[in-house]
Amino acid sequence: MAEWLDDFLFTYETLIHALGIHGLLALSMYCVMALGQLSLGQAAFMGLGAYTGALLTLKLGLPFWLVLPISALVPALVALIIGGPTLRLSGVYLAIATIALGEVLRVLYINAESLTGGALGLSGIPQKASLGLVYGLLALCIAGFWAIGRSKIGRAMEAMREDEMAAGVMGVNLPLYKLGALVASAMLAGLAGSLAAHSNSFIGPNEYGFETAVTILSFALLGGIGTPIAPVVGAVVLTALPEVLRPLADFRLVINGLIIVLAVLFLPRGIVPFRLRRAP
Amino acid sequence: MSALLSARGLTMQFRGLLAVNAVDVEVAAGSVHGIIGPNGAGKTTFFNLISGLLRPTSGTLTLDGRDVTALPPYARTRMGLARTFQNIRMFADMSVLENVMTGMHTRLKAPGWSAVLRLPGFRAEEHAAKADAMELLEFVGLADKANGRSGSLAYGEQRRLEIARALASRPRLLLLDEPAAGMNPAETRELAVLLKQLGQRDVSLLLVEHDMGFVMDLCDRITVLNFGRKIAEGGPREIRNDPAVIEAYLGSKVAERLAKAHGA
Repeated sequence: MAEWLDDFLFTYETLIHALGIHGLLALSMYCVMALGQLSLGQAAFMGLGAYTGALLTLKLGLPFWLVLPISALVPALVALIIGGPTLRLSGVYLAIATIALGEVLRVLYINAESLTGGALGLSGIPQKASLGLVYGLLALCIAGFWAIGRSKIGRAMEAMREDEMAAGVMGVNLPLYKLGALVASAMLAGLAGSLAAHSNSFIGPNEYGFETAVTILSFALLGGIGTPIAPVVGAVVLTALPEVLRPLADFRLVINGLIIVLAVLFLPRGIVPFRLRRAP
Repeated sequence: MSALLSARGLTMQFRGLLAVNAVDVEVAAGSVHGIIGPNGAGKTTFFNLISGLLRPTSGTLTLDGRDVTALPPYARTRMGLARTFQNIRMFADMSVLENVMTGMHTRLKAPGWSAVLRLPGFRAEEHAAKADAMELLEFVGLADKANGRSGSLAYGEQRRLEIARALASRPRLLLLDEPAAGMNPAETRELAVLLKQLGQRDVSLLLVEHDMGFVMDLCDRITVLNFGRKIAEGGPREIRNDPAVIEAYLGSKVAERLAKAHGA
């Protein structure tokens, strides 16, 4: 490998990892928003995946190939359980209910000290999430969503986003689609959480709160939800921006915020505004 | 003829308002059934009860002999019911063709994983679906606009696209909520020609409409609602001469005067 590339990877390894993981989180957001739903539970599901993964590795020493699917399944199960009652809610009400889930879990992580390490979190998690794995999974997910988007499921999702009542009359099983999307998005967020835990080597109870939920939402808001790639682009921009703006020192967060505000105001469909082509 | 749809004692109460009050309606298979009545008579509420957007306060609804009173809209679609809306509800950003293909949702059976893997079965089904959709667009005269954005269609075209989209599920009963609303006389005539051909596709029609000429020309049987109650039912000729109907539309004074004029 060229020396400069080696240098580059060494310096920015954390950032490159974060880009891929945030891409997965953005897809998890896309999964619900593509149906016109607004969930703020992505951070909570991510946390569940992270804690599940970390505990399985640290306490049980399970192999990573087994840890990853389980840390996707646990949040999926939780999504399945909370899905029934919460999916009767829509719009901001669903968002509020899912924020509450994050808060409940945070309190749980802090108080279940013997298991979760309490406020100190869990540390010393081995770094098992290789770059190849993170980006391989990301590519696989984008391709999967793209293919689904070009089938009757994709048409039904877009129809729900445009007019839920009309979509129901067309024969789309609305409750099933909403629950399916929530469960799939929880799996993705859990996967991302577990990958993050196995690349940062530390997780804490306050990493998966409201702030993270809003950050994940902003990936999809900035990128758009017309295609699966759009929210990923949003995630990449928002993750890389603070680094790119580093020379601005103290002003960097101001500029960061300004860019988001301008994008939302002037690009309501996101910076990748195209819709999925279903070429005949 | 057997009843394709039958409503018995269908009642919908919104707090103090009885929007639909103990209405009995039977739609025969192969017929064109009209529902008329003055504004606020409960026609749209009645439609929403039939398509499942509202759950009735009391009464039962059977489709093809099966009780559907408690079924959500998507389940009724699967059983052969389709509808259009009074205020058009397009999937505006989607193309004209995609709108029609969305209407096929209940008919397409290829599972999600076959779509992810792009298996031959999935491809064949999509291919056939597209051909079907094009045929329907041909039928309503929109084939040349298939790849355009549906939200950009003219008003009358959107109405016809809604009909094509509803037909895509291969319904046995199609509910049309004011299909001629906002159309000019020429467009209305074209629409009537189109709807008359639906009998050949084995589709029965239940329609709400204000344009009396259109209703009288098209319908075999007409139900008249007023203040949520059924006040008359019969063929177009009977309805036209029914005193209760004339009174509902024109008021009691005019009805009396007309009756006198006829008597004299």
